[in-house]
Amino acid sequence: MNLTLVAILFLGAIGLFFAIILYLAARRFKVFEDACIDDIEDALPGANCGGCGFTGCRNFAEECVRSKQFEKLLCPVGGLETMVKVAAILGKETIPADPTIAVLRCNGTCLHRPKTSIFDGAISCAVASATYSGDTDCSFGCLGLTDCVNACKFDALVMNPETGLPEVVEDKCTSCGACVKACPKNLFEIHKKGHESGRIYVACMNKDKGAVAKKACEAACIGCGKCEKVCESNAITITNNLAYIDANACNLCRKCVEVCPSGAIMEVVMK
Amino acid sequence: MRTFSIGGIHPPGYKLSAGKPIQRAALPKQSVVLLNQQIGALAVPVVAKGDEVKTGQLIAKSGGFVSANIHAPVSGKISKIDLIPDTGGYKHKAIFIDVVDDVWVDTIDRSDVLIKDCNLDATAIVAKIAEAGIVGMGGAAFPTQVKLTPPHGKKVDVLIVNAVECEPYLTSDHQLMMEKGEEILIGTTILMKAIQAKRGVIGIENNKPDAIAHLKKLSAQYPGIEIIPLKVQYPQGGEKQLIEAIIGRQVPSGAFPIEVGAIVQNVATVFAVYEAVQKNKPLFERIITVTGKSVSRPGNYLTRIGTPLSDLMHEAGGLPEDAAKVIGGGPMMGKALVNLSVPVTKGCSGLLVLTEKETLRNEIKNCIRCTKCVRACPMGLEPYLFMTLIEHEEWGKLEKERIMDCIECGCCTYSCPSARPLLDYLKIGKSKVGEVIRTRKQ
Repeated sequence: MNLTLVAILFLGAIGLFFAIILYLAARRFKVFEDACIDDIEDALPGANCGGCGFTGCRNFAEECVRSKQFEKLLCPVGGLETMVKVAAILGKETIPADPTIAVLRCNGTCLHRPKTSIFDGAISCAVASATYSGDTDCSFGCLGLTDCVNACKFDALVMNPETGLPEVVEDKCTSCGACVKACPKNLFEIHKKGHESGRIYVACMNKDKGAVAKKACEAACIGCGKCEKVCESNAITITNNLAYIDANACNLCRKCVEVCPSGAIMEVVMK
Repeated sequence: MRTFSIGGIHPPGYKLSAGKPIQRAALPKQSVVLLNQQIGALAVPVVAKGDEVKTGQLIAKSGGFVSANIHAPVSGKISKIDLIPDTGGYKHKAIFIDVVDDVWVDTIDRSDVLIKDCNLDATAIVAKIAEAGIVGMGGAAFPTQVKLTPPHGKKVDVLIVNAVECEPYLTSDHQLMMEKGEEILIGTTILMKAIQAKRGVIGIENNKPDAIAHLKKLSAQYPGIEIIPLKVQYPQGGEKQLIEAIIGRQVPSGAFPIEVGAIVQNVATVFAVYEAVQKNKPLFERIITVTGKSVSRPGNYLTRIGTPLSDLMHEAGGLPEDAAKVIGGGPMMGKALVNLSVPVTKGCSGLLVLTEKETLRNEIKNCIRCTKCVRACPMGLEPYLFMTLIEHEEWGKLEKERIMDCIECGCCTYSCPSARPLLDYLKIGKSKVGEVIRTRKQ
């Protein structure tokens, strides 16, 4: 017989044999997957930022299909718009959540907070804070070594070279929370955007006694309690020499801003 | 000559203050005694503002199983109990004492008479050590009484005294051996009795031939004690390295030295034990090396705990003008200080002033996979891999690669030709992985 023919037939037989095995294996081990998952994944932004609390968009999409409490899930990047699309795919309803944004709770600019030592190690907040308290006398404030800027996947954080602090870009921040995790001093907070996206918060995390805090930074909250007294909606509490404004209770009346002696209460002007 | 087998480096010695007799540093005007001087729980103050205290009086009691008593290093009046930044700049609670005279507690034997015999039994010795608030004085400040109480069923057959002093610059242990050799040998005998070990070994690196000869001569009268010279290599003072170098046993990963039947004590701790047991003197002063190439009077100073480092610096001729960095401890494992108002603690072995030229850092470049860090690591780890894994937050893999075995000796950073801050990252990785392990255990 022709040798070429033998080769073709032989290889053809082997191919057929394995094709049958593969077919049977595919039938036997088939995994059923809800087609919705692919649709939802397409509808999501695809940033894989982890802001929703799940590892990546695919995982979140699976959770959307699986979860019995769909209303509690939120993609902070896509926001309400995306969640409406996802709900439509699943035939469920969404409850509109309040829009949020990251805020930096430190106003220790170069002007407010004199440097008392020089850090010459690696440019990393994590390294610096594992080494010591920071290059100023305030051991709670921003180190300015850009861990948050590097963690932000949306270019929503920019270092301001004049202040030495990162700034949140209003339009770009998706409140995914990557900066909250990245900051070793826990200075970021996901804050509710108030009426016309205005917000008032205490831009300080210094828990030292008033005099010590003030000496380290002029813009430090000294825990004097004036804001607590003046607040009409009981939104302000003072613990460990530090004021905190509850965004849910705050009615943006601005009285605390006026009364604060050190200017530690930040106000983002409403548009 | 013996040494440990894996890794290690040979930094230049710079023992500028070698052979300088121990000098007593002047008493400060105000003594600041930190309550977090030991590893473990904070000590709890037993005095209040306005109280009069005598030198050697208990002012803060051990705050848990792993913790230590703290005694007044000076006599005077408690002016306040307040927060003060420690070496790392973070604020911690401390007792402030305004110094008046120097009146000691009556029970302390202040004479120079050598007391050789110790009639106490093991439990009484450990109790006395705990009472005196002794901690590991090599730098870790781990409460000594905890180390001396091995868990049930574990037998200890050898006590190793760490007189290696492998850190460059430091000479306090060396000088202590030269001046208090007999006391150290008695202290070793007492500790051997406390852990019921028949054998005691003092390991000394052979860059201190005078100390080796001196102790060898004295040790003839003390049965069971052996002096072993070691080849110079950093980090020989690491517990696990020292055990391997001296008795050839390797401590398994994640285990304590007790696992191989050894307990290691620093030589300064041994001297403190002698003073506590034989002289009733609690730990409130220690020898500190003040050194640096531009320091005018480098030396070994017997300093009370709580003395501000600026006072100690003054003792050595003041802070030199070209000082760029002051380090608490040795150059390899010590920590740069935020300021000099920080007080002396029990674990503080040296004060090193570096000039600007010495502190220059090379630019951080990419890893070139040269494996110098791997070869230098005395624990057989892969530091370059750790740094990458830490940057990618792979905590699980880090644990598998045994990051918790890292002893933070700094050999990797020292040997890196790309000047990568390996140890800085390793420390972050260790604390994160430690956190993961703790959460899992709960």
